[in-house]
Formats: sequence, structure tokens, C-alpha cells
Amino acid sequence: MLTLENVSAGYGSFQVLFGVSLEVKAGESVAVIGPNGAGKTTLLRVISKLIDATAGEIRMEGRSLNAVPAHEVIGLGIAQVPENRRLFPRLSIEDNLKMGAYLPAARARFAERLEMVFALFPRMKERHAQLAGTLSGGEQQMCAIGRALMSGPKLLLLDEPSAGLAPVVVQAIFEVVRKMSAEGYTVLIVEQNVRQVLKVVNRAYLLETGRIKSSGSAAELLNSSEIRKAYLGI
Amino acid sequence: MDIFDVFLLEAVLNGLLLGGILALLALGLNLIFGVIDVVWICYAEMIMIGMYAVYYLHNVYHLPLWFAFAGAIAIVAVGGAALHHLVIRPVLAAEPINQLLVTGGVLFFLQAGATLVFGVEFRNVGIRLPQLQVGEMYLSMARLIAFGVALAAMIGMSVFLKRSYLGTAIRAISQDRRIMPLMGVDPNRIFLVTSALGGALAGVAACLLVLQYDIHPAIGLSFGPITFLICVLGGLGNMMGGFIAAFIFAQFISVGGFFLHVEWGYVLAFLFFIAVMFWRPQGILGGK
Amino acid sequence: MKYAALALLAAAPLLGMGNYPLHLLIMCVLWGYVYTSWSVMGRLGMVSFGHGAFMGIGAYVVVMAWNHYGLSPWIGAPIALVLTAIVALLIGYPCFRFKIVGHYFALVTLALSEVTRLIIVALRDQTGGSLGVTPNTALAETSYSLGALQFSSKLVWFYVILAFWLGGLWIWKKVDESMGRLALEAISQEEDAAASIGINVTRLKLRVTLISALMTCMGGVLYAQYQAYVNPETVSGIGISLQMVFGAIAGGMFVRLGPTVGAVFTLLLAEGLRLWFGNLYHGLDLTVYGLMLVLFIIYMPKGILGAATQAWEKRRGGVARAA
Repeated sequence: MLTLENVSAGYGSFQVLFGVSLEVKAGESVAVIGPNGAGKTTLLRVISKLIDATAGEIRMEGRSLNAVPAHEVIGLGIAQVPENRRLFPRLSIEDNLKMGAYLPAARARFAERLEMVFALFPRMKERHAQLAGTLSGGEQQMCAIGRALMSGPKLLLLDEPSAGLAPVVVQAIFEVVRKMSAEGYTVLIVEQNVRQVLKVVNRAYLLETGRIKSSGSAAELLNSSEIRKAYLGI
Repeated sequence: MDIFDVFLLEAVLNGLLLGGILALLALGLNLIFGVIDVVWICYAEMIMIGMYAVYYLHNVYHLPLWFAFAGAIAIVAVGGAALHHLVIRPVLAAEPINQLLVTGGVLFFLQAGATLVFGVEFRNVGIRLPQLQVGEMYLSMARLIAFGVALAAMIGMSVFLKRSYLGTAIRAISQDRRIMPLMGVDPNRIFLVTSALGGALAGVAACLLVLQYDIHPAIGLSFGPITFLICVLGGLGNMMGGFIAAFIFAQFISVGGFFLHVEWGYVLAFLFFIAVMFWRPQGILGGK
Repeated sequence: MKYAALALLAAAPLLGMGNYPLHLLIMCVLWGYVYTSWSVMGRLGMVSFGHGAFMGIGAYVVVMAWNHYGLSPWIGAPIALVLTAIVALLIGYPCFRFKIVGHYFALVTLALSEVTRLIIVALRDQTGGSLGVTPNTALAETSYSLGALQFSSKLVWFYVILAFWLGGLWIWKKVDESMGRLALEAISQEEDAAASIGINVTRLKLRVTLISALMTCMGGVLYAQYQAYVNPETVSGIGISLQMVFGAIAGGMFVRLGPTVGAVFTLLLAEGLRLWFGNLYHGLDLTVYGLMLVLFIIYMPKGILGAATQAWEKRRGGVARAA
């Protein structure tokens, strides 16, 4: 579904990604793991076209994204849950979800998808009129995921959904991710919480200093000595 | 009732009606500031252009008044979008004060341009609405209409912002400009639409003001400053605050003008503004 | 070279200059002085839209004192300065104390200049309202009156105003020297950082504001005495306040001679267009001026002299490197 070929990117003269190639197949859930500053967030930003790739090509279902402006990416079926959730703090939960369904195609199915998101996160339904800025971290993450789902994406990009959350809440969030991939969503998730994320995805890539260091099935990576030493502390 | 009190009540009521039009003036400016974070110093000059548009369409080209009104609103709306595209966009990344100054340059340009094109003569659309007599009081019909339209515009705007997708996006963009593309929203387009909407509101104000005032290239200077001050007093970008501030200012002007002279009313209003700024720099309803 | 240019400027009127060119020259220097006064604080990030208030106080207090109380401008001017100082402190202290900056500061000061204009208009029995007022002349029998600060000779005015202009430039330099570059930049850019290294930002800003306001007030006094006519619109209110801001920006408010260049530029532009097209196109000069301001702020935010200096330094830097 999504392929990256030798993608390089950065901010001004500061290069972050060096020839990254990866693939996400339909129905799969894939994680990109790696330390802080490896370029994981940049990778998702480049896919969403929030920043432009300086080299290489990104394709969604065979179509090159190189010339697509940022605001048209979501129309191709790629929705992103950004780093730090980035909800609109002074809009209600429902309005935040409404923003997720901004595209005309999504507007038509707003009521239906709202029900779906409320079914997935009953808490959102209870608090639909509450301002997003007043929610707890975990609730904000749910709202952010819900907002991305409102567009009816083919591919969901998640940027560090566990960051800054209490362990119990982290569990709950990963449970949601697992549930979504079980329901057939294609998911690309970027995470530092390697142990947890590898339990819920099919495959993973290890990104270090802007380069893909290794890749494999979740089980393979969980058992690789390199990962166990560096990321799992075993 | 004592005759004195009747006049005072009349002043209060006329102040209330004046508040309506001031609130409308503030509404457009607040909308633009709230979304784009830019103060159009030339906002009142946009209104002046709208007033000339009404005059030319109606009195020179003899088109029906309703058409002249619609045309003026459309012209100022396009003008607002053009202002954003040509002038604001290039300085969006510059220091905020430059954004304020650049629209100040536009103020000079529009005011002098109007002198150049339309001349310095006072123009009048020639519609004089009667005074409305209520008991012993006289109320301005034009102000009453302005008050009604301003109220309707305010309610319409608030419904639009609350209910529609575009309105929600307009509220959202001021909170987080950079992630808007992730929602499928092109921020530039929202800015352009907002500017056109702000322009359209200036156009509506123009239609109401031609009923009460003569048209002159420098007319913007007579209600430009007060509009900014109302917006700041209410908390820049805060529409409800602007609404309340407009009525407070109008009472100062109307009642102050009743006891002293109309200029003293303005002086009191402005001094009140300065005093409030020191008490609540963020405006009466602005958040920290 | 600096002194040679100054000598040339000072000698210029003696070389048989007509009355009109001399008047233009005086206006250039006078507005150069006023714009310089504004820039003393404007360049530090305190963009005031309220300097019309100070100029208005200067102009009207001397004329009112002379016309109504027979007080000489030698007494009127100090009164105006004291009044200006009080107003500047009253508005400045709370602004800086509560960190009202950027466009909030601009809009608060805008209110101040409007208040001044409106008070002048409202006191129309004394001030003549929006029709303006002329100081009673003391020149009925003589060509000059030192007591009334009135001179029929433009030459005298030229040297008086030139002296003030030079004084303004000197003050600018002294402000720079007394505070040090670091403090200056710190208050305009990073106020909290400045406070953390022990700079009393409020006091510093207040001092600069006071200097700038007093200088502007003197500009008002000079304007009223030289023109022998004042009008609320031409010495106070939003119009004149914006004119100062934009004159300074056009010339370049970050270089010492920038505001003066701005004054020369705007006056020559207005007069040039007027001569070129006659009075046929009323408003043409300001239309072009407004358009140029917009272009300046977008493409040349450092102003004419600022951009020129920058280009010159770049070229010199390039030459130096090449050598």
C-alpha cells in the first residue's frame, strides 16, 4: 500500500533521514522503532508531506506523493495521529472529530463514523461536549486517534501514541492499536516503547540515526539479540 | 417623568443602538485577528471603499439600492481576499509588528487613493431615514436598522462558526495552524476565505453607515481607531468580548456626549480603554 | 567627510537659496528631527502609534500659553515638556510594567494620540477646534521677537531647527553609549533574558520613552512656532502618528540617519509629484507613498538607508575578502 524508496529529508541544511526504504502492505500493522532523535517523527511528517523529501520517492497505492501538497494527502487515505496528539484544545471533542471529517467525502459519512469512534472509545461519547484541552493524556490520545479515524483512512499513521502516558494508559492505547489492526486497518506506528509495540504489530523496522538498521517480523525482532540488548534491556 | 431623564434615557437607548454598529465593526476585525493573527489597521478604509461602492452603484450608475448593497459587500469581500493575498501573505512569517505596519501602509494607500479617484467632496447616498418617536424620545431609525442587522450578522456568524465545517476549521486554525493539512485543510485557503468574510462584514457595515454618514476619503479615521480599541478592550480575537466592549464604548460616547460634548464622550471612552488595559492587558474577556 | 557634509548643509541657505527651497529644506530637517525622536524608542521594538500626542502637546501648549496667558514660548515650552513627561510616564510605566508589547503597545498608544486630538478639538472655544489656531503675532513692527520665539527670517529658523536635529542625533548616540549594545538589544528582543542578567527593563524602557517623548514634544513646539499655525490633525491624532512611524520605517529606523532620510524621501516624493503633475491629482503623492510603504515593509523592512548600508557593507566585505 505504502512504499518509501531511498527517502531522504531534513530541516534546512540539517539532514535527518538518509535513504530510508520501507513498505507497508494492505492490512498489515508495521512499527518503526528506534531511539529518540532517530528520525521517526520526521519519517511520518515526510509521508504526510508536512515536510518535503529531498530525495527518493513515496508512493501510496502506486501513486507518487512527491507532487501532492500536504492537505491532499489525507484524501488519498493517509491519516496521521501527530506527535503529542495536537488536538485543538479550545474545541470540543465533537468539533475535534468533526475536523477529522473535514474532507467532503468524509462529511457525508460523519454520523456513521462518529458512532464507530464512540463505540471504540465510549469515554468520548460521554464527554463529547467537553473541551479537548481539559482531557487527560490518555483521553486526548483516544480523541486524536478518533479524529484520524473520522476520515475513514486506508492507512493510519501513529506517532508515539504512548509518549507521556501512565503505564496503565499505555496498555489501553496499545490495546486499541491491536484492536484496530484486528479490524483490518493498515497501521504504521512509530514508537520508542519497543516491548509494547512489538506485541501488537506484524512487522517492524529499526531506525537509527536516520537509516533503517534492520527489519523483520515482530517476533524476529523481539528475539534478536541486538534489539534485546539495546531496547529491551535484557 | 422628568424631562431631563427622558433625554438621558434617549441617550442611553441611542447608545445601545450605536453599540450595535460598533459591535459589527469589531466583529470583522476580530474574526480576522482571531484566525490570522493580524490586525488590519486599514479595516475602516475597507469600509470607506464599500461606502463609495454603494454611492457609485446607486447614485452614479442608478442601480437599485439592494443591488448596490450586494455589490458593495461583494467588492469589499474580494478586496479583503486581495489584501490578504497581496499584502499580508508575504509578511506572515515576519515580525508581528510588520504585519500591523504593512496594513498601515494600505491605510495611506486607500485613503489617498480615494482622494485621488473620488475627490475630497462629501458624498451622500441621499437616503434619510426618519427619526422614530417613542413617547417623548427620538431614536434614529438608521441606527435601529443598523442595530438589527448587526445583531443578525453576529448571530449568523456565530452559527456559521459553530455549525459548519468551514466555521469549525476557522476556529481550529487559530489554535494550531501547522497541523491543519493533516485534516485535509489548506491553511492558505482558510485565510483567504476568512479575509473575504472579514471584508464582507466590512461591506455590510458600509451599507449601514451610508444611511447615517456622508462619504469622504478620510471617514475611516473617524471610526477606525475606535474599532481597534473595542477589539483590544474585548480581547483581540474574542468576538463576545468585542461585542460587550462595543456596547460599553457606545454608552461612554452617547451618555458622555449627552452630559458634555460628543468629543468628550470619545475622550472618556479612550481614557477608560487605557485604564482597563492596565488592569487587564488581555482585554475584559481575553484569556491569559 | 561627515563634517564637510554638515558644513555644506549649514552653508547651503547662504548660497542664495530661494524661499521655497529653503522652506523645503527646513521641513526636511524638522521632520527628520521628529522622525529621529520617534525612532529613539521605535528601533528598540517599542513601536508607538502615540507620538502625535507628544507633538500635539508641544504645539498646542506653547500656542495656548502665548495666546491666552501671554506666556512666552520660553515658559510655554518647559510647561509642555513637563506635561509631556507626565503623560509619557503615565502611559509608559503601566505598559512596561505589565509587559504590554507589540501591537498591543501600538494600539494603546494609538488611543493616547486620539485622546490628545479629541481633547484639542473638544476645547474648541480655546483651541479653535479642527480649524486650527495661529499664535498671535509679535512681528507687527519688528522682523523678529526673541521673547515670542518668532522670526520672519527663514534663515534663523533653519539654524535653530538644524541645531535641534544635530542635538537629536547626538542624543541617539548618547543613548547607545550609555546603555551599551547588549542592553539595547536585550530589551528589544528578549525581555525576560534581559531581566535575568540584571537589567531593569521597565526603567530602561521608561527612560528611552521619556527621552523620545520630550524630543517629539520639542518638535511640536518648533513646528508651531515655525509654521505659525497649528491644526489638531497635523500635530496630533492617528494620522500624524502613523506618518512618524512610516517616515522612520521608510528611511530605516535602525540607522542613525535613517529617519532623516525617510523625511527627505517623503517630502521630496510629495513635492516632486506635486510639481510634476501640478495640483491636478490631489492625493497622488500619498497614494504612491502608501504603495511604496507597503512594498518597503514587504521587501525592504530595514528602510532605504538600512538597505543601502547593508548592501554597502556586503560589498565592502566582499572586496575585503577578495583582497
